[in-house]
Amino acid sequence: MSKILEKRQLTRETVLMKIEAPLIANKALPGQFIIFRVEEGGERVPLTIAGVDPDEGSVTIIFQMVGKSTMRLGAKEAGESIADFVGPLGKPSELDPYKGKKVAVIGGGLGVAIAYPQAAYLYEIGAHVDVIAGYRSADLIILEDELRSSSDNFYLITDDGSSGRKGFVTDMLKELLDEGKQYDLIIAIGPLVMMRAVAELTRPYDIETVVSMNTIMVDGTGMCGCCRLTVGGKTKFACVDGPDFDAHEVDFEEAIRRSRAYVEQEDQDRKSEEERHRCRLTGEVRHE
Amino acid sequence: MPEQAADVRNKNFSEVALGYTEEMAQEEALRCLHCKNRPCVSQCPVNVDIPGFIEKIATGDYEEAYQIIASTNSLPAICGRVCPQETQCESTCIRGIKGEPVAIGRLERFAADWHLANAKEQPPRPETNGHRVAVIGSGPAGLTCAGDLAKMGYEVTVYEAFHVAGGVLMYGIPEFRLPKKLVQAEIDGLRALGVEIVCNTVIGLTLSIDDLFKSGYEAIFIGSGAGLPRFMEIPGENLNQVYSANEFLTRVNLMQAWRWPETSTPINIGKRVAVVGGGNVAMDAARCAKRLGADEVMIVYRRSEDELPARQEEVEHAKHEGIIFNLLTNPTEIKGNDGWVTGMTCIRMELGEPDASGRRRPVPMKDSEFDIELDTVIMAIGQSPNPLLRNTTDELKCHSWGGIIVDEETLATSMTGVWAGGDAVTGAATVILAMGAGKTAAQSIDEYIQGK
Repeated sequence: MSKILEKRQLTRETVLMKIEAPLIANKALPGQFIIFRVEEGGERVPLTIAGVDPDEGSVTIIFQMVGKSTMRLGAKEAGESIADFVGPLGKPSELDPYKGKKVAVIGGGLGVAIAYPQAAYLYEIGAHVDVIAGYRSADLIILEDELRSSSDNFYLITDDGSSGRKGFVTDMLKELLDEGKQYDLIIAIGPLVMMRAVAELTRPYDIETVVSMNTIMVDGTGMCGCCRLTVGGKTKFACVDGPDFDAHEVDFEEAIRRSRAYVEQEDQDRKSEEERHRCRLTGEVRHE
Repeated sequence: MPEQAADVRNKNFSEVALGYTEEMAQEEALRCLHCKNRPCVSQCPVNVDIPGFIEKIATGDYEEAYQIIASTNSLPAICGRVCPQETQCESTCIRGIKGEPVAIGRLERFAADWHLANAKEQPPRPETNGHRVAVIGSGPAGLTCAGDLAKMGYEVTVYEAFHVAGGVLMYGIPEFRLPKKLVQAEIDGLRALGVEIVCNTVIGLTLSIDDLFKSGYEAIFIGSGAGLPRFMEIPGENLNQVYSANEFLTRVNLMQAWRWPETSTPINIGKRVAVVGGGNVAMDAARCAKRLGADEVMIVYRRSEDELPARQEEVEHAKHEGIIFNLLTNPTEIKGNDGWVTGMTCIRMELGEPDASGRRRPVPMKDSEFDIELDTVIMAIGQSPNPLLRNTTDELKCHSWGGIIVDEETLATSMTGVWAGGDAVTGAATVILAMGAGKTAAQSIDEYIQGK
């Protein structure tokens, strides 16, 4: 059992939790992930680590309550425990070589939560860090203050223009590149379609671009191969070969397709989970 | 031995074989000739005193029979079910020269089941000798090593990456062949001996081997298993609905996907399923697929029936349950539409000259390609050792194919104080061979620590 030390509702659907996991907090580096299981009978869900505090012995995760397991996790309160929490899994991001170099870190939606520790690490080792954070709308903004204080330039953009610039992260990146900004590395973390769009944008510029692939997983240790994807024409396992990969080599079409392998079951699970939380008076679904 | 009827059991996950009654067990036990040279014992990787325990069954002293087995075998109820007795103890039984050998495996199962159902007292916990040993992996190798060391008085901690202990006994072998509550009962028996089991801990990532030494363990046994599935490297293998047998079986057995949506891990099965491969894992996957409700489940294997690596009993069970065998057939491409499997192109094979393994090499027949319509393909063509430990532990010397290099006699690795055994060393093999390795390593570790 792993204890929830702290819980904060960041937006209507997004929750931050600090989980007691001293061994993981000691070892985890940016880019690595954990797998959690809320309860007996629960599924194993991978989540990239959003931060660690070795002194407190805690690991921070940020998640969106969009499926059965994340809804059940979000329903837990500080002081309660979850069944399982294992990690740090996967290879850490290779960030040290970029000390003193120019890096753009791009986060989309929940991906901002994973982009943040990367930006913070790079900023701390003395890289020049530009952050582009994209959200659907103003009410979904997370980690704005944190990112502002771990970047040289911070660009906020929303799909509907309700805060910051209106548009997509790629619009912002294109503008910066057109202005003549030079980057040694671009890190893009977010929905698969966003990462694909960034990859396509940077390809003609020939800028090294890295994406973090959040595939479906079961064990997360190389045992099942559920997380496989094609990178540079070869099959790779996101759990042990990644989760970071060269964005220009990833077969995104395949990755998007594979991410939808259980979409029917996920829909059914989500609907029955919502029924459990539906208010019998107003008919509304409670998210807290 | 009584079994569930084939057309009943292929729709449920309850155990296929129902076990002997007392009368049947005694009758079978009386067939043992108690030969002087005991050929059966020398064929057992963990040297169970076979005639000794059989004699106790014959006289109705079932608990004593169990104790005789348990004195050298940490997991009797498991071995009685999944050991390939026909190629080990039973293969040399003198009774087998003329007629059937004594059913040693079934008798072992009977004694173990009797004990689990009737024994009231836990064995006394051995007095500790103050030495601590860490075991990596809670599969058959790790559990055996832990059990043997605990019986000698060592304080043993077993680290497991998954959320439950048991390794392949939990995630790989299906419920209908090895009930999970029985595996947990055997593990509880080890806990009663003082073995501590720590789940959710990936050695190499959560803790390193050095961390373990620093925290006071004097010796370490690696039994991390064969956890990296192989694929054929043919077109279409990353289509949706192509599973590795490991993924398929883990979803079904460990994550209990067959109970979805009561449990949360889903699985898609479809109507027509092909399992590529001919080993026990392939049979397990095929029989699970049938139980999940597939109309047609076929084994696709490139050699002929004689070369099937699976146990004869498993092949027979699969056939009775309606699994189709497409032998001398090899896939060349998996076909899909919109990203999902729709079929597989295969080629007919014939057997040529024997290869290095001694089996006749399958050779493709010219222009014999044909297509099969399918919804699901399960690849059960073997596994390589899991790379996590060797990738994060430079001093641990490994073969180029991934197996940990050990001294064959002692199972010592290239790292002082570290032993290894089971599939992590040999590549995918059997439960009992892994148990034999765990036993050997326990002996080596004891000699090492006592000699310090």
